[in-house]
Amino acid sequence: MLDFPRWKRIWLWGLTLVGVLLAVPSINMLAGGGSWPSQLPDPEINLGLDLAGGSHILLEAETAQVRELRLEAMEEDVRRALREADPAIEIGDISTANGRLSFMVQQETQVDAAREVLLPMTEGVGLTGQRDWTIRVVDGQRFEVSPTDAGLNQAVENAMDTATDVVRRRIDELGTREPTIIRSGDDRIVVQVPGLDDPQKLKALLGQTAKLEFKLVDQTALPSDIAQGIVPPGSQILPYAEDGRGQGAIAVKRLGGIQGDQLTNAQQGYDQNGSPIVNITFNQEGGRKFATLTTQNVGKPFAIVLDGEVLSAPNINEPILGGQAQISGGFTVDSANALAISLRSGALPIDLQVVEERTVGPDLGADSIRKGVLALLIGGVAVLTFMFATYGRFGMYANVAILLNVLIILGIMAALGTTLTLPGIAGFVLTIGTAVDANVLINERIREERRRGRRVVQAVEVGYREAQRAIIDANVTNVIAGVLLFLFGSGPIRGFAIVLIIGIVTSVFTAVTLTRMWVAGYLRKHRPADLHI
Amino acid sequence: MRLLKLVPDDTNIRFLRWRLPFYIVSLVLMAASWGAVLTNGLNLGVDFVGGQMIRATFVESTEAPVADLRDDIAGLGYGAPIIQRFGQPNEVSIRMRLPEGQDSAQVKDLADRMTNAIVTEMETNYPGVRIDGVDSVSGKVSSELFETGMLALLAAMVAIAIYIWVRFEWQFGVGALFALIHDVSLTLGLFALTQMEFDLNIVAAILAIIGYSLNDTIVVYDRIRENLKKFRKMPMEELLDLSVNETLPRTIMTSLTTLMVLVALMFIGPATTFGFAAAIAFGIFVGTYSSIYMAAPILIWLRVNSDSFVPSESVADKQEKVARGEV
Repeated sequence: MLDFPRWKRIWLWGLTLVGVLLAVPSINMLAGGGSWPSQLPDPEINLGLDLAGGSHILLEAETAQVRELRLEAMEEDVRRALREADPAIEIGDISTANGRLSFMVQQETQVDAAREVLLPMTEGVGLTGQRDWTIRVVDGQRFEVSPTDAGLNQAVENAMDTATDVVRRRIDELGTREPTIIRSGDDRIVVQVPGLDDPQKLKALLGQTAKLEFKLVDQTALPSDIAQGIVPPGSQILPYAEDGRGQGAIAVKRLGGIQGDQLTNAQQGYDQNGSPIVNITFNQEGGRKFATLTTQNVGKPFAIVLDGEVLSAPNINEPILGGQAQISGGFTVDSANALAISLRSGALPIDLQVVEERTVGPDLGADSIRKGVLALLIGGVAVLTFMFATYGRFGMYANVAILLNVLIILGIMAALGTTLTLPGIAGFVLTIGTAVDANVLINERIREERRRGRRVVQAVEVGYREAQRAIIDANVTNVIAGVLLFLFGSGPIRGFAIVLIIGIVTSVFTAVTLTRMWVAGYLRKHRPADLHI
Repeated sequence: MRLLKLVPDDTNIRFLRWRLPFYIVSLVLMAASWGAVLTNGLNLGVDFVGGQMIRATFVESTEAPVADLRDDIAGLGYGAPIIQRFGQPNEVSIRMRLPEGQDSAQVKDLADRMTNAIVTEMETNYPGVRIDGVDSVSGKVSSELFETGMLALLAAMVAIAIYIWVRFEWQFGVGALFALIHDVSLTLGLFALTQMEFDLNIVAAILAIIGYSLNDTIVVYDRIRENLKKFRKMPMEELLDLSVNETLPRTIMTSLTTLMVLVALMFIGPATTFGFAAAIAFGIFVGTYSSIYMAAPILIWLRVNSDSFVPSESVADKQEKVARGEV
């Protein structure tokens, strides 16, 4: 029981030392102390935004869009495949009601051929070989093509991955310090930017899908018809962007335009009048398409469409052959810059909505830390004094254990890269409470055993053994609670749970194992006849 | 040097004698708490109801002009704000509800405009105001946060009860769970009564209370279990009193040390931790009380006695002996 062979002592001290060393950079930071030498490793503890200040934004994707977009794409593919089949297969109008495509094959004899053509298009690209679409033929000639759940989920998954990448690229362009961008759940992205206290800029940047299109203006549409929402077949009405120069809406050809996703660069610049614009450079394929479009349509206007809104609709004065173009549309320097960043980092495959936003001013953050640390110091000193006054030498052992415990928790959190938040401090208080409690339990038990007349070594042994049972039970229940909180809880509750779980493990180590080693050393060396406890 | 002793050696307080009156008082308090929660309601923060919250400090004045501020912001035409002091008298939180049932993009726009208008209004009318933070939570997220928070709480409580049932006896699991429900109820009652803001951080505080109360309960239970094995013939009431008395020095010592940290956090720590530390401090009183007066007496009524731990062990012993062919 009180036997600690050398190898065990070395091992325990080693573990303690590692924990404490890991905490040193964090202590340096929390003390607001000087710079940390760059050649040393510096696993600092992350401070949550509620402590350090900064912006937290939760984005939610409109996953229903994925379904629509896939349906649209499938419609195009089906039309093209059947048209290009040999012999061409004629179909009636494709309806996209109820989330599925349905159309008639005109000639009954071609039903099998149509199925042959369509079948390869329904297979997933994934390795699992799952089917992304199902084809059903009803009433002999009517085809129904509907997406499978597995295919849809995979598509949402892909869209979310891409969206997360795009968000990361855009935020990186802001040049902020250590942003955190992580996917959360099926359809959400968490963005945390420490130190940024103006989330408007961030939101402006992330709110843009940045889907850029160049579409020909349908000049046959009469303004009076457009106002009533009537357009020629093959065209659609798009509104002008709020800050664009035009008013109202304009009719554009649905097909035949160019997608702006074949860009190699986008930069904010100025036009000859000094107004901010965005200069874009196409890649080879995009440049070629752009050249063809502009060559064939000289003298006609084309609309520059961003996220379904028309920025401007200039006339094509001459073919644009160099693969470079400029986008104008009533920009400010900031909005042109934001658009350039968005275009450079690619379009979001899916719209993102801000569903939660939290900002903490840096003043408050710094203030919180200072006050929080001060409070914990003062409270801590009171506890240490009290422990010493109550248990003397044994209280001192407990105190050293508590101090080491705090350091080791900090060290482990820093090493694991976890984040300390305000509720985390609650976890800290509770952990210190249980660590103190463990020593109180042990020491009270030793007092009791002495009172009952046990001899010194025996009293200590029994004290540790008997107290340990309650300590273990109490701590296991708390760990169970902590794990469940971590699994089910969100945000702050997780912050609490992490500290709790780490803290309980370390507090048992420091409060029970380390103090026992010290007590054993004391008993061996001094062989006291009585205990002052 | 003489060492401090908070509880004299031969303390023998007959706690359990008053178990019935205290149980009645506690049940009344629990009912009252739930009554307060149902009638007053909890002052839910934006975490749980959605909306905008702006926190501000009036750096140059000692007290925030709450009434003026309320009129000013109501005058902006976005509805009446809920303005509360928190922490220092010159620190306020301003909450605004968002209209429900609209397209989320529209609400988001409105929320942005609202916040900008309020911040601009404050900065022009009150020189020396410092905006400390802006939280904006959509209705969907807030109801999710509420659900996951409650789910986490429930799951934790159930798992704890099961563990105690396995480690002790089912009666102890019931007792611990009852004590936890008691503590959580009273804490909720306190929040309903004082109308302190109830947000996610407070849920974390309640979890800390649960953890603490549980610690207390288990220490007492462990001693009861030990004494049940030691003193086979002792009447249950006497045995419980003995166990509570034996653990009393520890109970008081631990409560005091934890309170020391919490009181420091309440009065020296940042304003944001006040409600949170106050909740845990309250929970420590309630938790200590409930381990003694709720968790222990219930064992008498659930008919725990010295046989509770014996039969299963001796049965197992017997089976083992049978297996070894000794009987």
